[in-house]
Amino acid sequence: MRAVVTVTGTDRKGIIAQVSAFLCEKNINILDISQTILGDQFAMIMMVDASECTEDLASVSAAAAEMGRDIGMSVRIQHEDIFNAMHTV
Amino acid sequence: MFNKTDVIETIDMIEKEHLDIRTVTMGISLLPCIRESAEKTAQAVYERVVKQAEGLVPTAEQLSREYGIPIVNKRVSVTPVSLITAAFPEKSPLVARALDRAAATLGIDFLGGYSALVHKATAEYEKRFLSTIPEALATTEKLCSSVNVGSSRSGINMDAVKRVGELVKETAALTPGGLGCAKFVAFCNAVEDNPFMAGAFHGVGEADCVINVGVSGPGVVQHALSFAPDADLTEAAELIKRTAFKITRAGQLVAKEAARRLGVPFGVVDLSLAPTPARGDSVAHILEELGLEAVGGHGTTAALAMLNDAVKKGGVMASSRVGGLSGAFIPVSEDIGMIEAAERGAITFDKLEAMTCVCSVGLDMIAIPGDTPASTIAAILADEAAIGMVNGKTTAVRVIPAPGKKVGDTVNFGGLLGRAPVMPVHTGSAEKFISRGGILPAPIHSFKN
Repeated sequence: MRAVVTVTGTDRKGIIAQVSAFLCEKNINILDISQTILGDQFAMIMMVDASECTEDLASVSAAAAEMGRDIGMSVRIQHEDIFNAMHTV
Repeated sequence: MFNKTDVIETIDMIEKEHLDIRTVTMGISLLPCIRESAEKTAQAVYERVVKQAEGLVPTAEQLSREYGIPIVNKRVSVTPVSLITAAFPEKSPLVARALDRAAATLGIDFLGGYSALVHKATAEYEKRFLSTIPEALATTEKLCSSVNVGSSRSGINMDAVKRVGELVKETAALTPGGLGCAKFVAFCNAVEDNPFMAGAFHGVGEADCVINVGVSGPGVVQHALSFAPDADLTEAAELIKRTAFKITRAGQLVAKEAARRLGVPFGVVDLSLAPTPARGDSVAHILEELGLEAVGGHGTTAALAMLNDAVKKGGVMASSRVGGLSGAFIPVSEDIGMIEAAERGAITFDKLEAMTCVCSVGLDMIAIPGDTPASTIAAILADEAAIGMVNGKTTAVRVIPAPGKKVGDTVNFGGLLGRAPVMPVHTGSAEKFISRGGILPAPIHSFKN
């Protein structure tokens, strides 16, 4: 099952490292990354594969949000279907 | 691999423009719960609702986290209770309280279906059931009640209309601030698969148990229109259709998945734009975005007609089954744009009535003076039912004659129910007209066979 990770907030050092470490710890594989800085705003979108993750996506998503709060960023993990449903016919 | 713009658009819709799934509503038939006594029936009703819907709240919460989209309400609708208690109608409040207890056990937000369908005639057991509605609403927290008083095929049951006027007054007197009236709605052409309150009930033509989903998202539509200030109305309608499509697809996804996980059939997606009192979540502001200085002014009905139609056209394409009320809601107290327009006197009761000719429901969440006579409330309903009957659409009345309040006062309902300035209604008496009773005949164009 694939999911989309989005990370937004004020840019600082180590964001990608921390998010990647979190995903690795959950046994989630990163398939694709897009990252950009607008002014001082950091924005990253990742496509990940969570099929080897043993936790359900709802709890990983809650843990990601909490990890995000710890590092002062908004971190979301959402099932890819919500994007596919809304943007493809 | 993925389209960045799409990802950002979805996240902005959810986080900045209040896109949410307004409700996942499980419809449950209570027909298997009929027993020889009210006490045993109430117990059977409690057990069945709790058993059928035990997974509803956890499943909705799980889906909400997985998809990252809020699911605001979890609700249950049941078979009209008047049918379940026909052998002992006076004791129907026992079932009302059993349903309320079930709602509390399940942790759901509302439970609808304390209802009677009397559009052609009021049977004796239904007369006695109707009399229990004020008590049922006064002794429960989450229970909602509705009455269908007319249809395009059968005409309008004016005896029931008169009775509803009295019931609204009694309910207002029995509940603090008249809040009970916010949980009671009278319909013409009620639909059997509506997931929205206060009018949700589970029709007898429905499956044993189904999942219906109501979407929302007026903020998303307003936001999309804000980028096209110079678009003509054809282009604006196209933009609304495209936006409604996206909103509804989210609803369809959640509905299908919720139904699959709960092991019950998917019913319908209700394609409604349902506002909340939050800023940026207003249907009124969409109409103003289209170029009206204030909702309620001339042009409002036309703008709403276009909006309502475009929402349906965009939504129908996005869902395998649509139903419910499907369109734009115009509740006064639940829409910040409506509240402010009413406070300024920009929108009047009569304009709201005109708007109900082209929107998806009716006169909704309007506070009126506490001393409004029952016959005037009945006449408001008669007007509204006539609009529904003749135009072959659902119409409804949910007004709150707030006890002790007069024009200029404000009634606070709290939460999603919002606040409402008390609006003036016409004071010319309809007493004689309403007391005539009888059936207002169905229009000639209803004979379609």
